[in-house]
Amino acid sequence: MNSSPATNSLANLTRRHFFRECGYGVGKLALAGLLTNAIGRPAGTHFAPKAKRVIHLFQAGAPSQLELFDNKPKLKELEGKPLPPSVIGDQRYAFIQRDAAVLGPRFPFARHGQCGAELSDKLPHMAKVVDDIAIIRSMHTDQFNHAPGQIFFNTGFAQPGRPCLGSWLSYGLGAETDNLPAFVVLSTGGGISGGSALWSAGFMPGKHAGVRFRNSGDPILNVSRPAGVDAELQRDSLDLIGALNRRRLEVEPDPEIATRIESYEMAYRLQSSAPELMDLKSESPATLKLYGADPAKPSFARACLLARRMIERGVRCVNIYHSGWDAHSNVAGNITNNTRATDQGSAALVQDLKQRGLLDDTLVIWGGEFGRTPMVESNPTLNRSRGRDHHPQAFSLWMAGGGVKGGTTLGATDELGFHITERAVHIHDLQATFLHLLGLDHERLTFRHGGRDYRLTDVHGKVVREILA
Amino acid sequence: MKTLSMFASALTAAQLCAVDFQRDVRPILARHCFKCHGPDENTRKARLRLDQRPGPDVLRALVKRVGHIDPEEVMPPPAAKKPLSDVQKKILREWVQAGAGYTEHWAFVAPKPTPLPSVKQKDWVRNGLDHFTLARLEQAGQSPSARADRYRLIRRLSLDLIGLPPTPEEVKAFIADQKPGAYERLVDRLLASPHFGERWALPWLDLARYADTNGYEKDRPRSIWPWRDWVIKAINDDLPFEQFTIEQLAGDMLPNATRAQRVATGFHRNTMVNEEGGIDPLEFRFYAMVDRVNTTATTWLGLTVGCAQCHTHKFDPVPHRSYYELMAFMNNTAEPELPLPTPAQKAEGEKLRKQIAVVLAKLPVDEKKFEAWLEAGRAAALEWHTLKPRLGDASRSWMKLEKDGSLFVQGDASKHDTYELEFADLPGGITALRLEALPDERLPKGGPGRAYYEGPKGDFFLSEIQLTADRQPVKLRNGSQNYAKQWIGRGNPGAMAALDGDLQTGWSASGREGKASQAVWQLARPIKAKTLKIRMDFSRHYSASLGRFRIAVTTSNKPAKAKDIPSELEALLARPAEALNGDDRSALRFRYLESSKDTAKVRKPVEAMRKKMPRPATTLVMQERPQLHPRPTHRHHRGEFLSPREVVRPEVLPFLPPLAKDQPRDRLGLARWLVDPRNPLTARVTVNRYWAELFGEGIVRTLDDFGYTGAMPTQPALLDWLALEFIRQGWSRKKLLRIIVTSATYRQQTSPSYRLPAEQIRDSVLRVSGLFHPKLGGPSVFPPQTKSIGEGIWGGGSWRTSAGPDRYRRSLYTHRKRSMPFAMHDTFDAPSHEACIARRDRSNTPLQALMLLNNNSILESSRALGNWAARQKGNDEAVVRALFQRVLTRPPDAQEIRVMTDYLAKQKKRLTADKKMAAQVAGPKPQAAAESVAVWVALARSLLNTHEFITRN
Repeated sequence: MNSSPATNSLANLTRRHFFRECGYGVGKLALAGLLTNAIGRPAGTHFAPKAKRVIHLFQAGAPSQLELFDNKPKLKELEGKPLPPSVIGDQRYAFIQRDAAVLGPRFPFARHGQCGAELSDKLPHMAKVVDDIAIIRSMHTDQFNHAPGQIFFNTGFAQPGRPCLGSWLSYGLGAETDNLPAFVVLSTGGGISGGSALWSAGFMPGKHAGVRFRNSGDPILNVSRPAGVDAELQRDSLDLIGALNRRRLEVEPDPEIATRIESYEMAYRLQSSAPELMDLKSESPATLKLYGADPAKPSFARACLLARRMIERGVRCVNIYHSGWDAHSNVAGNITNNTRATDQGSAALVQDLKQRGLLDDTLVIWGGEFGRTPMVESNPTLNRSRGRDHHPQAFSLWMAGGGVKGGTTLGATDELGFHITERAVHIHDLQATFLHLLGLDHERLTFRHGGRDYRLTDVHGKVVREILA
Repeated sequence: MKTLSMFASALTAAQLCAVDFQRDVRPILARHCFKCHGPDENTRKARLRLDQRPGPDVLRALVKRVGHIDPEEVMPPPAAKKPLSDVQKKILREWVQAGAGYTEHWAFVAPKPTPLPSVKQKDWVRNGLDHFTLARLEQAGQSPSARADRYRLIRRLSLDLIGLPPTPEEVKAFIADQKPGAYERLVDRLLASPHFGERWALPWLDLARYADTNGYEKDRPRSIWPWRDWVIKAINDDLPFEQFTIEQLAGDMLPNATRAQRVATGFHRNTMVNEEGGIDPLEFRFYAMVDRVNTTATTWLGLTVGCAQCHTHKFDPVPHRSYYELMAFMNNTAEPELPLPTPAQKAEGEKLRKQIAVVLAKLPVDEKKFEAWLEAGRAAALEWHTLKPRLGDASRSWMKLEKDGSLFVQGDASKHDTYELEFADLPGGITALRLEALPDERLPKGGPGRAYYEGPKGDFFLSEIQLTADRQPVKLRNGSQNYAKQWIGRGNPGAMAALDGDLQTGWSASGREGKASQAVWQLARPIKAKTLKIRMDFSRHYSASLGRFRIAVTTSNKPAKAKDIPSELEALLARPAEALNGDDRSALRFRYLESSKDTAKVRKPVEAMRKKMPRPATTLVMQERPQLHPRPTHRHHRGEFLSPREVVRPEVLPFLPPLAKDQPRDRLGLARWLVDPRNPLTARVTVNRYWAELFGEGIVRTLDDFGYTGAMPTQPALLDWLALEFIRQGWSRKKLLRIIVTSATYRQQTSPSYRLPAEQIRDSVLRVSGLFHPKLGGPSVFPPQTKSIGEGIWGGGSWRTSAGPDRYRRSLYTHRKRSMPFAMHDTFDAPSHEACIARRDRSNTPLQALMLLNNNSILESSRALGNWAARQKGNDEAVVRALFQRVLTRPPDAQEIRVMTDYLAKQKKRLTADKKMAAQVAGPKPQAAAESVAVWVALARSLLNTHEFITRN
């Protein structure tokens, strides 16, 4: 962390001494935190945390805020006319030309809950939990292409190679369980532009990377025994491996051997804890109905339910990627399909966490990498019509639980939904806020790599205090 | 872990007593003070800088302020969130009391030769290196550990030098070799092994961020494995590191550059390419340049210049501007693909071409039909005048007039490029305009377009064409084309779509890459003009301008139409028949044979032969742009692509020796500067990396940071001696390694122990099981992995599992897909090759245990070992010994034998009783009774899972 090289050297000296003099005891110590063994930094917060866990529902492809959260009736009036060049400035677009015409919102909006938050009618389930969520309508980002945008949201940098939020949490806070990974990644829908860079530990040790839970085959790669190897043979083999490793440890007292022995025991436990986690038999019909999840079929809703089970079992951070919001054509159809897939599960997760008393210390985040243009994307050559292009200047997302003030709507955009007019929140501000809620100061949570102290927020970021409970 | 202090990286308590400026003080100043009182004048507070020695008053104040209890007074201020610890404050106090000495940073001063330290135990020393390590031990009152036994030596040396464990036969031979020099002979055999290059290429590929895909969203495959093979060969040939550097950074600029030297320039083509629809290609080119600067600095200089992309470095003396001056050396490149026909392919191609000509000439021709074809052609042929422009302007590129009157375009391309051409000396009465899109082997996939990402390579998309005669717009009409097709989407592409005023529609000839196509437009009225201007717009969601094209006009009264027949042949047809010579006639005859419906059947064999034309591999290379067209490099304010400021010229870093006067300010000059023996960093950084590859830690622990905040060398004199030896021995990496591994230091029983890198683990499994396929080089391969690996990956990951021996190739050859790293490599900390990595992590996790326990490929290797063991003669204990030694090199001890035979006995009982399970464990086609094979499979699987198997030493 922020210790100087001199104290680093001292720390190394003591650690080495410890290793040498105290034998293999340290191996075990180093493992306090299963898949995230946190050598290099004692896990801990900078101040009392509001949230202990995070569930990030990443909406990859960039959902249209104009069809979900940011109601702009003016666009209806202007539909078919271009925006004044003064509004657009020198913004670059992925596909459209700057003189593209305006496209009005495709769905009606209404106010909901005690807070009176405005949502489109495509979010009937979320409408029921608006008093528990904080909507930010004034998000903006630096990136206007998917892969860089998603990587930026997750790692604070537009190119791959840096640790993502989950890795920072694993590094900063360690794990709460020895039976499951600290940081889990699930995905539904199509391919995700950012790829594995989104849950990568970047330059941090690989143990801080997200562990994929898969929809087919083993939920965790290689968690099942190979065909023919029964439980007894597996146990016997582990005992033999353990005996051979222990014999080695007697001859060469290397703490890594002790850690290896412990790793194998944890692997053995994972072989039962992972299937137990995935088995939804113990969930009541009411719960399954709330989520609208078919326990046998991978879906966003099922992933939300699994996420709840994971955090109940001590997982620190769960990322669920839902891909498919990239509405370059037919934004209405896109929103209809994607809200059908995600609205109920997202709302159910908030409700379910709340009824189980878990919402208070679980932070839920819902949103994509950028927004979509008030202008229409229409291109017969690419077979596109009534779509929207990428819009980094303004977009919306919501957060809930874990110290977030429910029933809040923060920020506003101009009547065209083009520029932010009130309380702009940059991605780095949001990242600073996430860390803050988890008891971490984004300026102090650093990792030294290649001669430099890195932060999730680079040299930027201000905590968004307005949404703190 | 009995780590000897000669390998220890930390300071000893005794050393801490005397405060040393470089070791103890500057790191504190750099990390806690330089941000406001350092090299960056823009952020400097109170006009005070501490990177240079301040006056005595300041020093007194410094001691006072760092110890102050008032938060208003204390330094660093609490808001900086960089508080000093008590130890650090004490260090600063003691340093000031001792006179506050400032010295130049050790790494920025060239190493100087020093005499070898004297030692007492002279008979222990084998070479110069040992003087340093032994002197250090003797100083600390310690003595070296015993010499390692031969089993340990051969395993250590084999893993270190070729990255593979020794075979039982190799072990036997080494144990039996009692003649003097057995060890040296082993060293020489391993240094000469072709696997040496593979093993030592691996860390280089990490630095070079080598991968087989483009990265980012689509992450499509690329072909740059010939560069990887070049690295392996160069290392096997012991190409001096000096030359190794120059060829990779600037091989194309060497006089009479060989093909291999051009292939070498792939080093910096390993940068990523974003193929997401709608990106700004120049923006991602900028990011690639940033990556090149950072990677060059890390790889050769061990410096992190990355901070200076946005602002003057806060710790090291790297000004913001210097970053772009460094970039300017490398920024003048074009980035083509180089075809690499093998001699056999060349010969085969030549042979086929000749055969085709012979076959064509012999094909039966119905002369009557041919004459009719000629007549029809003559009737339709027009006389076209090729126009050579007097001015040609292309947005970010330049045009070159070729001999045939066509234009070749080079330079940068964007999503919307505009070409403007101006012509004079025109024929009177122009009635139509023809645009030929022409192939050119210098273009992606042979052109005619310049598309190189996202769309099909070589694609073009002409959105609009406009004609002006003497400044008056000329109306074009009746556009026609011989071929039109656009990549993705629908609509009606063609010459007419280039007249509709809509940039989204146009003419494209997708699918005809490497071939000519043409479009013709008629003029509404014939014109006579002094000057003619043509404007062409190419707008698409990827860059798709034309790379080679030709403009012609006709004055004919016949309505002009685009034709399939090449323009050269149309020109022949436009001439009177009697004006044609023999060659002309045979050219027309060949055209008839190859295109007419009449000859469709007879030319089938020719088409079949064409399909057999060899398709050479390609690789990505660098090519310097002509001096006439340098690409300007700007300083980018705050490192942002969209904020270019003043133009900068190439300059080396200000605190390092200047560029030699006779060196050019380009890539070649930079490469030579990096390996100039006066450069204090390159040799040190390189030998340190080699040291770390063997001993797990560098002499400087921060392999990628030799700057102010990097670690101090634990043995500075040894580092400098090695660096100077390296240079003296002609930058030979084999000689350097030979010095290290033949030293007494290396041969001790105790040596650092660490987990093997991912690739070496898989290679070891394959090697001991006998499945290993030793083929060197070639396209990357796809060993099996589970299908679910592609979930959530763009395009499903498309892992085309290899068949046959390619499943068992060395892991270095496993296809590297950036967005979807090979699961086994990923689990064992191999990087995803998106950025330069100087040092890998060595984690120890349950996921690794699961991988080795349950993965099918480990089971497959266990089965190979199980079958081998079941075939062995002798009692169980003898076979247990043999199997153990095959996997772990050394013989087992009594306790190990006991636990293994106990296990064996129990499993034998169970598996004999459960035939079904035995058959499943033994796998298909057991080479002995299934239950016997199964028992050995189980034991082999356990041995492959031991800590020792995946660990060095």
